[in-house]
Amino acid sequence: MSIRERLSGNETVATAMKQINPDVVAAFPITPSTEIPQYFSTFVANGTVDTEFVAVESEHSAMSACIGAQSAGSRAMTATSANGLSLMWEMIYIASSLRLPIVLNLVNRAVSGPLNIHNDHSDAMGVRDAGWIMLFSENNQEAYDNNLMAHKIAENEKVQLPIMICQDGFITSHSIENIELEEDSEVKKFVGEYHPEHYLLNKKEPIAVGPLDLQAYLFEHKAQQADAMRAAKQIILDVSKDFANWTGRHYGLFEEYKLEDAEIAIVCMNSTAGTTKAVVDKLRENGVKAGLLKIRVYRPFPGEEVAKALSHLKAVAVLDKADSLNAIGGALFADVTSSMYLSKENVPVVNYVYGIGGRDSTEKDIESVYTDLAEIASSGEVGNPYRYLGLRKFEK
Amino acid sequence: MTNIDKTTPMENLTIGGNIYKAGNAREFKTGDWRSVRPVWIEEKCKQCGLCFPVCPDNSIPVCKDSLKRTDYNYDYCKGCGVCAKVCPFGAIEMKEEGVDE
Repeated sequence: MSIRERLSGNETVATAMKQINPDVVAAFPITPSTEIPQYFSTFVANGTVDTEFVAVESEHSAMSACIGAQSAGSRAMTATSANGLSLMWEMIYIASSLRLPIVLNLVNRAVSGPLNIHNDHSDAMGVRDAGWIMLFSENNQEAYDNNLMAHKIAENEKVQLPIMICQDGFITSHSIENIELEEDSEVKKFVGEYHPEHYLLNKKEPIAVGPLDLQAYLFEHKAQQADAMRAAKQIILDVSKDFANWTGRHYGLFEEYKLEDAEIAIVCMNSTAGTTKAVVDKLRENGVKAGLLKIRVYRPFPGEEVAKALSHLKAVAVLDKADSLNAIGGALFADVTSSMYLSKENVPVVNYVYGIGGRDSTEKDIESVYTDLAEIASSGEVGNPYRYLGLRKFEK
Repeated sequence: MTNIDKTTPMENLTIGGNIYKAGNAREFKTGDWRSVRPVWIEEKCKQCGLCFPVCPDNSIPVCKDSLKRTDYNYDYCKGCGVCAKVCPFGAIEMKEEGVDE
């Protein structure tokens, strides 16, 4: 029986962590994720959880401590944002290479510089090739649910990869919304216990984790990681199915909102999807066949499935809340277009970089994208594929 | 000890390169790195015991009962030459590897 509550995104994650009761949390504060270890440390102090809380001196140490703990057979969780993630960058790669199912909550914030503490996706995009499973959450409910599913996905024998749950900094993390929580005992039953086969500090089996791996071996170990990432896609679907059977809340690789009979659609992630749904509803009332594809599973990227879902559209806009600064568009745009090319789907696609550094994107902005898409659909002309939304610029 | 080598396909490697046994350093023959090797001249050796404690690779075997050193274990000797330097009796000579006398 779900419990109705009102929580901010950060409070939600701390609550999920409380219910999961991990063995170790090693964290360093950074806005806007600070409240996660902050609220959680209250649970530790009150004895509500059994977790060993390690107050480390930096984010690099936070991930290092998580790696040590996880290698020793315990469940480790942490949280960070932006430059905190940047500081732990080498350890992020190591966590995945050593196949440790650590759970990280990433509260998306712009990576400096210049200094900006507000939401965009540049932090997540900086680690998209590190071999972590990446789930994006539209709101607090999704952040909660993704956390509940995280361990079952990451710890699966075929996967054994770390996982990060993303949510928009301030927009989701600091906004209080309604939420449905599950009972503590039910959460523990679903998440289960962690019993790895091999772990450090085991008298019966002394092991070495992360030894020297020269030319003869690294390639094969990386290929194992790649296989695990590919396998994760089905595992995510399986776990989501079990989750739906338990809670009644359904999740897939992405959400198709009024997409089936749509002619024009937006592809985006996190909170902007919420804004877009409101715009889609409004446009539909006026007879415009608008739709939305909201990516939930960003890594592994469900290329084939996304291409199929977009194949019937007359025009698509991919919204990137981070710029790859590579002269050919944002990260999500690259993933979507390459998937469509391989599936031989010839749908006109344009890229909008938007919302950088917490620049607000309103319903009006989203509506303007659909107006552009309608024009592309009718004229067949894409024009400039690399566009901005909400940027102040002289018009030529 | 392990059956992993340069021909092992990825399906048979452990994940992350993890090693599930201790002591596999024994399988790694650092002696392959040598370019000069120590040669023990038994007739000159007074068994003073100055050489084997300074060997970084434990390559000078010592008999447990007699406490006398025996000839080199060339599997791990890297040819650093500290034993030759330390020997007061010239009972150890460093010779070039691969040069036949």
